[in-house]
Amino acid sequence: MISVYHYMTVAGILFAMGTYGVLTRRNAIVIFMCIELMLNSVNLTFIALSNHLQSMDGQIFVFFVMTVAAAEAAVGLALMITFYRNRESIDVDDMNLLKL
Amino acid sequence: MEIIFFYLVALVAVVSGFLVIRCQSPVNSALGLVNTFFCLAIFYVMLHAPFMAAVQIMVYAGAIIVLILFVIMLLNLGTESRKRYTNGIVWSSIASLLILFNVIYFIKRGRVTGAEGDITNFMVESVGHTELIGTAMFTEFLLPFEIASVLLLVAIVGAVVLAKREV
Repeated sequence: MISVYHYMTVAGILFAMGTYGVLTRRNAIVIFMCIELMLNSVNLTFIALSNHLQSMDGQIFVFFVMTVAAAEAAVGLALMITFYRNRESIDVDDMNLLKL
Repeated sequence: MEIIFFYLVALVAVVSGFLVIRCQSPVNSALGLVNTFFCLAIFYVMLHAPFMAAVQIMVYAGAIIVLILFVIMLLNLGTESRKRYTNGIVWSSIASLLILFNVIYFIKRGRVTGAEGDITNFMVESVGHTELIGTAMFTEFLLPFEIASVLLLVAIVGAVVLAKREV
C-alpha cells in the first residue's frame, strides 16, 4: 500500500536534487529549471498531504504556486533576454556588477 | 501492483530530474524537465487529483517548457564548455545531502496527523474533482484568486517592458 510517506520521500529527493542544481550550475536557464523542479516537488507534497488529510486546501495552494511559477517564468526569461543583449552571455559568473 | 507502478514512476522521475541537473546542453535539461513533469502528473492522478494533473501538463509541460525552449533557441545557447560547467560541487553536495537527510529523518520519525476534512476519495469520485476545486476557489479563496489575476497582469506588463528594445 502506498502511504503519504512514499510521496514525501520522492518529493524530498527531487527537492535536494533541485538544490544541488541551483548551487552548482552556471547557466542561468538551467538554474531556472532547477527552481521549477523544487517548486514541483513542493507541489507534490501539498497534493499528497491534501489527499491524506482529505481536505481541498492543499490543492488550492498548488494552484497558486503554479500561477506564481508562470509569472516567474515570464519575467525571469525576459530578464535573461535583456541580460544576454547587454553581455552576450547568460552565465551567472558574468553577473558581477555589484561585486566589490 | 500499484506499489510497483509507483516505484517505476518514481524511478523515472528521479532519473529525469538527475538529467536536468547533469546534462550539458540546456535543451536536454528541458526535455528531462518535461519527463519529470509528466511523472508528477501521474502521481497526481494516483492521488485522486485529476484536475491538478491536467493543469500540470497544460501549464508546466505546455506553457512554461515551451517558453524556456523558445528562449534557449532565441539566444542560440550551445553546450557549456567543459571547464566552466559547474562550480562548488563539494559544498553543494553537502548542502543538498543535508536537506535530503533532514527530510528523510523527519519522515521516518514523525507521523502525519491533523484535523481531517470531509473531502473523501469517494466524494471526489462521485461529485467530481473540478467541481470541488471550483467551489473552494470561488467561495473560500476568492480574494487570493483575484490577487493572482492582478499578479499575472503585472507579470505580462513587466515581461513586455523588459524584453522590448525601446519602450
